[in-house]
Amino acid sequence: MAARVFRGEAIIMNPADSTLFNLNETATAIWLAADGRTALRSIVERDILPAFHVDREDALRDAGQFAEDLARHAILTLRTEPEAE
Amino acid sequence: MESLNRRAMDMGLPLSVHIDLTWRCNERCIHCYLDHDDPDELSTGELRDLLDQMAEGGAFFLTLSGGEIFLRKDLFAIIEHARLRGFDIKLKTNALLIGQKEAARIAALGVHQVQISVYSHVPEVHDAITKVPGSLVKTLQAIRLLRAAGIHVVIACVLMKPNVGAFEGVQSMAHELGAEFTIDPTITPHILGDRSILDLNIEREELRKLFETESLVGDVEAFTAAPGPVDDEILDGTPCSAGHSSCYISPHGDVYPCVQFPMTCGNVRHERFLDIWNTSEAFGEVRSIRARDLPVCSSCGHVGSCSRCPGLAYMEGSMYGPSSADCEKSFVRTGIPSANMGRAGYSRPGSGPLVQIAGMAPAVSACG
Repeated sequence: MAARVFRGEAIIMNPADSTLFNLNETATAIWLAADGRTALRSIVERDILPAFHVDREDALRDAGQFAEDLARHAILTLRTEPEAE
Repeated sequence: MESLNRRAMDMGLPLSVHIDLTWRCNERCIHCYLDHDDPDELSTGELRDLLDQMAEGGAFFLTLSGGEIFLRKDLFAIIEHARLRGFDIKLKTNALLIGQKEAARIAALGVHQVQISVYSHVPEVHDAITKVPGSLVKTLQAIRLLRAAGIHVVIACVLMKPNVGAFEGVQSMAHELGAEFTIDPTITPHILGDRSILDLNIEREELRKLFETESLVGDVEAFTAAPGPVDDEILDGTPCSAGHSSCYISPHGDVYPCVQFPMTCGNVRHERFLDIWNTSEAFGEVRSIRARDLPVCSSCGHVGSCSRCPGLAYMEGSMYGPSSADCEKSFVRTGIPSANMGRAGYSRPGSGPLVQIAGMAPAVSACG
């Protein structure tokens, strides 16, 4: 995977299927915060709601869809438990 | 990709950078436009620093080419550094030096794509172009190793007089190998100005046949249709991404808008890459040019659909002028002469068309 964050927005290329993702600022913030240990809900509450002033339910729904989309292309891995340290 | 490119242009980012790591080569292709004896290549350290600057400036798509890149002993160190800086990497190689170990390393480093030149499925034809006996067999062995390692391989077939009938054989071979396929009937003038190799360009009738091949161009009727009306949006358009969101860097550090546009905008040994990108007067001039500023092309009916290459125009005499190779292409494609072709003194160029034709997903585009 190749990625570049510039002026708050990420470009991600998955070499396996040549899919190019062009993320907006909100999606970039989620992607950058995905550390394998923090729950998506916590990322939204900690990083998205205060910074982007969006509705909580909308933000959680959009974040879930975004994460699933990236997971389908092996850009993110979705887990029910935190990654071991 | 187009919207990303547009955003990069608006933001002034060098989104795509092509670096020739060396002009040395272990083949001697008859159509090659490079000077293989050029010394004084950028060192590993200089290249690492350059990659750091490029990453800082927002560059993302990195093409490493040559010459033959595997002649550099530090190639994997350079790729490794580029991957650490997050680049999406494409390699261009003849693959003669790729064995199992190299294929595995390329895969491990997450290189996106390896583009390999194949001129014919017939060894005698391919080897006569590379001037290296046995080169096709070796190249095909390497392609199999790369594919076995899961690497995305693109087989690029430059078409010229000696291999004009070769594309179908190479296309089906690419399909069997699980590789993407492109053809490129473009011969580029020598980087030092010699235009004699342009005589290798395929004849007009052969080009017409390519333009009428559905597996290459998709919808033939749409592809060969007459150009639409010219409006302000077209006249305010920029020629291509060269110098706007992409650039080329030679093995000794010269920065050009594109490999086919050898106008020196600076040298990374004397100035920081980003200073050249942001402040070079030459880049500034390239970026200022709109279609309406082109004295001949702005009055041409093809201006909105022509793949006019500003680099080929530059090598022909002026970056504001027509690229007669592209005039020829527009004419062959549509049957309608360009404005340049109607001018007094116009003669059909020894240079042929500028076009790249992708095989797996039919599309035709100008380069750059």
